[in-house]
Amino acid sequence: MIDRSGEQPRVIRRLDGEIARIQAKPPAERTFQEQRILSLYEQLCEGQMERNVLVLPVDAVLNWARAWSLWPVTFGLACCAIEMMAAGGPKTDIDRFGAGAFRPSPRQSGLMIVAGTLTYKMAPRLRRVYDQMAEPRYVIAMGGCAIAGGPYARHGYHVVKGVDRVVPVDVYVPGCPPRPEALLDGIMRLQDKIRQDTIRRVWREGFWPWKRKTSAKS
Amino acid sequence: MVQSLKTDEILVNMGPQHPSTHGVLRCLLKTDGEWVREVWPYIGYLHRCKEKIAEKVSYIQFMPYTDRLDYLASANNNLGWAMAVERLTSIEVPERAVWLRVLAAELNRIASHLLSYGTFGMEAGAFTPFFYGFRERETIVSIFDQLCGARLTYHYARIGGVMRDLSPETAKAIRRFLDEMDRRWVEYNTLLSDNEIFVRRTANVGVIPADLAIAYGLTGPVLRGSGVAHDIRKAAPYACYPKLDFKVCVGEGLKGTVGDCWDRYWVRMLEIRESVKICRQILDGLPEGPYQAKVPRILKVLANEAYVRTEAPRGELGFYIISDGTDKPWRCRIRAPSFCNLSILNRIARNCLVADVIMILGSIDVVMGEVDR
Amino acid sequence: MEAKDICEILMRHLPDAVREFCIDTADPYLVIEPTCISDVAAFLKNHPDLQFDMLQLITGVDRCQSFEVVYHLTSLRFGHSVTLKAMILHDRPRIASIADIYPAADWHERETYDLLGIVFAGHPDLRRILLPDDWEGHPLRKDYVAPESYHGISNAPQ
Repeated sequence: MIDRSGEQPRVIRRLDGEIARIQAKPPAERTFQEQRILSLYEQLCEGQMERNVLVLPVDAVLNWARAWSLWPVTFGLACCAIEMMAAGGPKTDIDRFGAGAFRPSPRQSGLMIVAGTLTYKMAPRLRRVYDQMAEPRYVIAMGGCAIAGGPYARHGYHVVKGVDRVVPVDVYVPGCPPRPEALLDGIMRLQDKIRQDTIRRVWREGFWPWKRKTSAKS
Repeated sequence: MVQSLKTDEILVNMGPQHPSTHGVLRCLLKTDGEWVREVWPYIGYLHRCKEKIAEKVSYIQFMPYTDRLDYLASANNNLGWAMAVERLTSIEVPERAVWLRVLAAELNRIASHLLSYGTFGMEAGAFTPFFYGFRERETIVSIFDQLCGARLTYHYARIGGVMRDLSPETAKAIRRFLDEMDRRWVEYNTLLSDNEIFVRRTANVGVIPADLAIAYGLTGPVLRGSGVAHDIRKAAPYACYPKLDFKVCVGEGLKGTVGDCWDRYWVRMLEIRESVKICRQILDGLPEGPYQAKVPRILKVLANEAYVRTEAPRGELGFYIISDGTDKPWRCRIRAPSFCNLSILNRIARNCLVADVIMILGSIDVVMGEVDR
Repeated sequence: MEAKDICEILMRHLPDAVREFCIDTADPYLVIEPTCISDVAAFLKNHPDLQFDMLQLITGVDRCQSFEVVYHLTSLRFGHSVTLKAMILHDRPRIASIADIYPAADWHERETYDLLGIVFAGHPDLRRILLPDDWEGHPLRKDYVAPESYHGISNAPQ
């Protein structure tokens, strides 16, 4: 958690006043809680925090929560949207993966399944919906058109040749259109990717999303 | 005090990304409170350059692109394109292939209407019909999976025939499905058709008089919902339809006025039953023989032109092809039924509630892949 | 009624309008004077023996030297159809709108304007319909070249 090369983490700075107050007290007068805070502070300063059990469960809990509540924003563009609907239908129940709550608002959702052909007229709208989504946000490019223009790549003057030219994409699901099972596989791949994620990435890349470079591609 | 407050009309954008639109359609509403004074549809968010691509690829290569026109009725689009090219080249199609194509088209019609049933219910605020509709649709889709290996973009009808013969197992699966469909059809009606809330949402809403429907070039269930018994399968019979017994369903205003949203919905439900009837007849009377004619691998078409129309689930699907002697069309124009059907939205969705606009849009049942092409 | 009979009725009433009657294609068509298109459409719609009440399609065709505008009309009452063609100049693509006679023509004409750049004089609202307003060129023309990029998004295939 401690970034040794950079400045002191913000959490510690905020604790400075509190720590000084505790350190000024004679050890006998310190309460149990104060002793605990002090020992944690010392561990932090010694750089042992990464070995501490405290951090790893936070990662695990966050990732678990994120991986199993991927609420997608409804972004059905073309044919693939029908297969996306079928994935939410009774046979291949997408709800098993916690990704069945299709939200009408981008602000409530963490996943955008771009299902279908993106055109130049639609591209600014896609970008706007993406920008309105809260972090952490993920994008699945579903189908050939969303990956690279699909059958329209050569002569389609009005088709964007791949959604990754407009927004960063996490998982590509090939097919024309992909079967619902393929979409479920894509969601499982995304869950794998989320599980490898760590909150240290936030320190590394900077907290504010607009200062950050684009998300890594898989 | 109250008099001094000024009220004004507000412009509201609905879409292009909106959960209750059929695909990416943007509607600009002029609203006065909850009342909609005018609606302007904006299309083109899914313009995939189909007509340009048709000029760049050969006749045979364009077939997969027709799958993606009206992606809910791929088999009907394949049929239209194959018939248009065969008309220009005078290729004789074996009798069995003709019947198999119609079988695929009618099964696809059921699937398309089932999806329309599900989404229409969802737009009215009832989520259950969606699951019911999709349950049976999955069965049809798995039948197509057996028949041609694809779930959505079938590419089943080929120029000069069909892709694969019907196996006895698939025929049995279709029969089983048709029997099941008879029972389910009754279930659908108890769930939605006679539902009091649903009837109040749809009856007397978005009424299209017959003369207006014809003037705007509407076709398919939207036109028949207005009481005009026009079906190309009867009016200009093609393929094996003259040998089949079915009737043209029209709206009769059972719950309200003729031509309201409920009538259009009801025409679709009746057509499901007619299609089931047609499928049974095809399975009973399927002739034996080859399923594919001999077609040259490079298909050159002499300078000619033809307009071939078929009855797709959404109306008259026409292919107007101008050939110039090469293996590519000089110009291909697609008459998409949804495109014409949608153009009336501005005319009928006036002075209604915002929720009614959704119902009108749902009852017209547009597919944007076809509107924008 | 066959296309030949329709042509005869039209020739009898509007002799100047019909330029040619072509029967060597799979679907015969009438070539009419582009200046007369409104008269012909109104006549075909209102004549008691013809009653072409539905406009199916308006197509623009780029013939390199000229443009063809093709109208497909049908009559639900009698079940007959007719194809009309009007040839207009390539450097001055302009023809009268028939949106006031057939409301269905409204969107078809807008689409033809959008994709081919044929101007329909008298159309109530002639704007682009499929492509964005700031799109350059008319894609279905034979000499059209797709843009290299649009609003900073590259158009090159991967």
